[in-house]
Amino acid sequence: MASGQVVMRARYKNNGVKDPGVQGVLIMTEDKLDFSPDDPMPSAKLNVGFRSIKGHKFSREGSQKQALLMLTGSDKNYTFEFDKFTERDICRDFVGKVLGKIQAKESSASDAKVDPEKSATTLHDEQLRPEEMKLRMKLIAENSELQKLHKQFVIGGVLTEAEFWATRKKLLAVDASKMSKQRLGFKSAMLADVRPLTDGRTNKVTFSLTPEIIQQIFTEKPAVHQAFLKFVPSKMTEKDFWTKYCRAEFLHRTKNAVAAAAEAAEDEELAVFLKQDAILAGEARQKIRRVDPTLDMEADEGDDYIHLPDHGIFRDGSKEFTDSEYEQYKRTLAQDLNRHAAVVLEGRTLDMELGDTRTVAEALAKSKKADLATQMSDEKANHNRSERASRMAEIEDLQTPNNLPFAPLHIKDPREYFDSQQANALKALGDTAVGTKTINCNVNTAQAYGFLRKSISEMKVTGLSYPVIESEVARKVLIGLSQQLSSTKYNLGKNPQESILDRLPKKTKEELLHFWISIQELLKHFWSSYPITTTYLNTKVSRLKDAMADIYPKLQGIKESAQPDFRHQVSLLVQPMVQALDAAFTYYDADLQKRSMRS
Amino acid sequence: MKFQIEDITVYFPYDNIYPEQYSYMVELKRTLDAKGHCLLEMPTGTGKTIALLSLITSYSLSKQSNQLKLLYCTRTVHEMEKTLAELRVLHEYQLKHLGPNARMLALGLSSRKNLCINPTVNSSNSRDSVDAACRKLTASWVREAAVKSPGIPTCDFFENYERAGSNAILPSGVYMLQDLRTFGKEKGWCPYYLARHMVQFANVVVYSYQYLLDPKVAGFISKEMQRECVVVFDEAHNIDNVCIEALSVSVRQQTLEGATRNLSKMSHEIDRFKATDANRLRAEYNRLVEGLAQRGNLALTDAWLANPALPDDILKEAVPGNIRKAEHFLNVLRRLVQYLRGRLQSENVVKEGPVAFVASIYAQTGIDQKMLRFCYDRLHSLMMTLEITDTDEFLHIQTICDFATLVGTYTRGFSIIIEPFDERMPHIPDPVLQLSCHDASLAIKPVFDRFQSVVITSGTLSPIDLYPRLLNFNPVISRSFTMSMTRDCICPMVLTRGSDQLPVSTKFDMRSDPGVVRNYGRLLLEMVAAVPDGVVCFFVSYSYMDGIVNSWNEMGILQDIMQHKLVFIETQDVVETTLALDNYRRACDCGRGAVFFSVARGKVAEGIDFDRHYGRLVIMFGVPFQYTLSRILLARLEYLRETFQIKEGDFLTFDALRQAAQCVGRVIRSKADYGMMIFADKRYSRHDKRSKLPGWILSHLREAHLNLSTDMALHIAREFLRKMAQPYDKTGVDGKKTLLSEEDLKKMVQSNSNMF
Repeated sequence: MASGQVVMRARYKNNGVKDPGVQGVLIMTEDKLDFSPDDPMPSAKLNVGFRSIKGHKFSREGSQKQALLMLTGSDKNYTFEFDKFTERDICRDFVGKVLGKIQAKESSASDAKVDPEKSATTLHDEQLRPEEMKLRMKLIAENSELQKLHKQFVIGGVLTEAEFWATRKKLLAVDASKMSKQRLGFKSAMLADVRPLTDGRTNKVTFSLTPEIIQQIFTEKPAVHQAFLKFVPSKMTEKDFWTKYCRAEFLHRTKNAVAAAAEAAEDEELAVFLKQDAILAGEARQKIRRVDPTLDMEADEGDDYIHLPDHGIFRDGSKEFTDSEYEQYKRTLAQDLNRHAAVVLEGRTLDMELGDTRTVAEALAKSKKADLATQMSDEKANHNRSERASRMAEIEDLQTPNNLPFAPLHIKDPREYFDSQQANALKALGDTAVGTKTINCNVNTAQAYGFLRKSISEMKVTGLSYPVIESEVARKVLIGLSQQLSSTKYNLGKNPQESILDRLPKKTKEELLHFWISIQELLKHFWSSYPITTTYLNTKVSRLKDAMADIYPKLQGIKESAQPDFRHQVSLLVQPMVQALDAAFTYYDADLQKRSMRS
Repeated sequence: MKFQIEDITVYFPYDNIYPEQYSYMVELKRTLDAKGHCLLEMPTGTGKTIALLSLITSYSLSKQSNQLKLLYCTRTVHEMEKTLAELRVLHEYQLKHLGPNARMLALGLSSRKNLCINPTVNSSNSRDSVDAACRKLTASWVREAAVKSPGIPTCDFFENYERAGSNAILPSGVYMLQDLRTFGKEKGWCPYYLARHMVQFANVVVYSYQYLLDPKVAGFISKEMQRECVVVFDEAHNIDNVCIEALSVSVRQQTLEGATRNLSKMSHEIDRFKATDANRLRAEYNRLVEGLAQRGNLALTDAWLANPALPDDILKEAVPGNIRKAEHFLNVLRRLVQYLRGRLQSENVVKEGPVAFVASIYAQTGIDQKMLRFCYDRLHSLMMTLEITDTDEFLHIQTICDFATLVGTYTRGFSIIIEPFDERMPHIPDPVLQLSCHDASLAIKPVFDRFQSVVITSGTLSPIDLYPRLLNFNPVISRSFTMSMTRDCICPMVLTRGSDQLPVSTKFDMRSDPGVVRNYGRLLLEMVAAVPDGVVCFFVSYSYMDGIVNSWNEMGILQDIMQHKLVFIETQDVVETTLALDNYRRACDCGRGAVFFSVARGKVAEGIDFDRHYGRLVIMFGVPFQYTLSRILLARLEYLRETFQIKEGDFLTFDALRQAAQCVGRVIRSKADYGMMIFADKRYSRHDKRSKLPGWILSHLREAHLNLSTDMALHIAREFLRKMAQPYDKTGVDGKKTLLSEEDLKKMVQSNSNMF
């Protein structure tokens, strides 16, 4: 689809969505779309230029729904149904792109002095790679707000696709690199500890392994992993392999080291599972060199002259001995637990679909090799360790705190945070508007009454000659209180910490938020267009100006439609938006004047 | 900050100091002035180590004329590293304020296993094999032979070190083990021998208890230390056990078999020497006639574990005539091994005193007490003559000679116990003959006699009057300090009932009750859900921990716990435990949170700190009594009763509670830190048990927290954590200062002087 043409099988629905449609081939090029039905029926044949198309709509993705694409023409709508959503999406993207281009061209064409080079750069970078397109689609699908904006401005023709995304480069880049994206770690539960199921009647036990369990087994037990790579499929089938593994597990479960040893002696492949993991032991030796010296107990053993073999007190109950002969067939829960926790802590090194066991095993082996290569050099590790040791040695509260390294706070949805902050600010604003600080938004009736009573009784004592409160202030308080009470009447008993926004009816709140976001979006584009150096920017600004002008009446509408209780608060909320828009318009007018003066 | 304590200027590397640190220093200073010994108990988390280091180094700095040397003994290598790290902070501070005058040399000393940098040597697994591998490359005869025929491998690092001669010195500074290794690698010198050499010149030496207490090690490492030393035993609450272990030997069937193999190998060697180099054996004989003077002029690398008996008790006379000849000596040893084998076949438990045992040896084999006493030195000499380098192969015969020397030297304070099988596994025959020491004062006596000041300190020395009796010395100062609290940053609780209100305990008849197991599991589950970061659990023994964790696994409680925190367990394998600890710390660092299951009296309980977020809660499941059926313990209790009039029950409770206190005490590091401690056993609510806890824990143990059930404990924990999360003034509430600055100290000193 990188070329300027898309060919796709589709059904054309001449008479609305309900129509079963005519099967055929849809060919779309940069300037027109062409539909030729399988059945040569002239009525269904289409040949429409994109210039006549104003916009496009599409059905939401879902298993029950049809994959529809509707093009709204100047006089007629064209509806196509596709077999798959993916096919539809390709066409939709293409249409979106082409429409965007045409609009841009039209707008630039309206200006006589077209700078071909400039327009070329802004337009032709729209040749997107499919992954990028997919990413945008995904972002839009995930974020309903973004979707709304996109629909409103891009499809509404205020902004082009490129402009819309240009301000969201970060979003694209971050997601593209997939670095900061949170990856799912291992489950805390010990999946590798498969428990057998018995049916209760026969002596048969059943083990069930899922791909996830298998992956965990591979990471926790490198010997099994290695054996799998070695034996499967050259020596045995995968099923045989896991049967054998489960058999070994079952033997462990019975905790009969002697039986395990006997079985292992007969079957060398089984022995792999039954014996201690030699690879793990090797890794442990590697790792032990890197541990913090202040908890290295192995070094301690190396310095121990008292616990020579046969020295010291031997049988005092603190030590327990096992038969060394079967030692290697003995595996304790403790070892499993430690190993499991270590693996969970390390995190998942593989980021791939769990499916074929073989590929998982191979990928794991590869990633392990890579790990070894990237391990820190000993020198650096030593330095880090000693630094850490001396930092740990300091007693923190005896000295002024030093600047510890910190990780920045990551707020998943910054908007929520700022919303609440803004609402708080507005709340404070609302308080001062009434005049005194004595009014708390959350004063309840009883408190207010008590407060009044107190001041009256005080007044009785001190007399009116020296009033506690000036009458003007008192009146304001009274008005404020009664206003507040009437409006908060419905909200009593609710969480007092909720913001003003939450008190508004849901519909109003959503509308407000939506306006706020759209204004932000528009303003962002507006301000970024200055100084106007090209005609392209000029047209963009004029487009934006029109769109902004459209918002004014809507804001007024929302103010008026609000319930009387909330009207005050709504107008308070709307005010900054209006102010922001006003500022933009003032600037626009001033700039326009300046330019016209110059020319 | 710097301040005056009487005539000493103390350099302390922090801006503030705790009042108890200050008074600790004052007491310490008086001890040093009096040139006596002292016993100081100070709670963990009040900066004992830095107070000690700071005062003693400052003391020695201000008395330039007679430089005091500090021998700082820790129980473990990792504690040694921690101490050195603190010392480094202090040293940097002193250098900054005093300039080059404050220069000192401080180093940690450990075995070859931890210091060797020769890759062919340090790849061996155990300490003994590293020692032997080193000897193979560096023994004097090997080096002589290598001069003649260059094909014989030697150790380049050691050769370089030897070649550098007296130029091979460490510049001043503080050296952790890693620094010694790095320095050695840089210069190409052997760090082990360099460190051994520098110990004589160092101002501060940090090493393990055994280097002073175990005569075998002290004999060749700490021999040259002069009297002008301050010896500090840190975390010394277990010092009596270390002393006892240093003088105890056990002989098992495998030992005797190995010894027999060693003997036949040695007799082959003797035959070989007779054929090729008979002069050598004759020379040895002549030397022995003159006495055992060879020790003085031994090459550095030939020295190995010294005589197991204490230096004062070693006879300074010639070896008895009947073991001077190599063959005769081997015959004596063969007869001794034969005799021991006979004794091991006993079907009953036998307990004997050393005198009776020696008499019976004489009656049956004709080996008298004097011959027994010389066994170890004679063996040493013979192995040297035979040029045996693989000493790790000859451990068994060494054990036999150790045993012979000890049993021939001491007549009191020891007993010999022969057990045909382990009490807990009567069906498995595993005979063992143990020579166990009961008197802790024996091993530590030379230390008290030799050095001018010995400081014994720990967070748990309660009851403090017991230690002078156990160790038989007279401290000039013996004090227990309390902790001045800015806020109640520790919260001890005694949990007696589970969530179903039934009592919980690890008493023998209750511990395997599924109800108790479930209650313990529920307790942990509730706590891991409520407590952030690290949680540590201590169990009374490995077998109990194994059992209860397995039961939890089967009940599904463990899976629920894993939903909240990662689980790590201490095992008997140190490598695995170390890695588990390392992972545990990382899990706490990254915010994942973890639980660590550990064993009281285990390796982790002995010296790993669970401070700050590494341990917000410690749960002590049960009372960690010793295995009371152990014959050795019974014999020791009997000895204690007869000699010191200490009651068995008292000693057992004292011992169990000091372990419990030690386990829970590891959560606090400073006063900014906070942590909870749960003693989960109904027996803790009894006054006789509880009162043995150290004062600083008892003072926070409120009446209302003495008899809790799981839900109540959970409630208290939530409250406590919320309270601790609030900001607070760390200098203390007005009137009661818990953090002193330099000016505060000056004022204090002035007001004190005004009073007089």
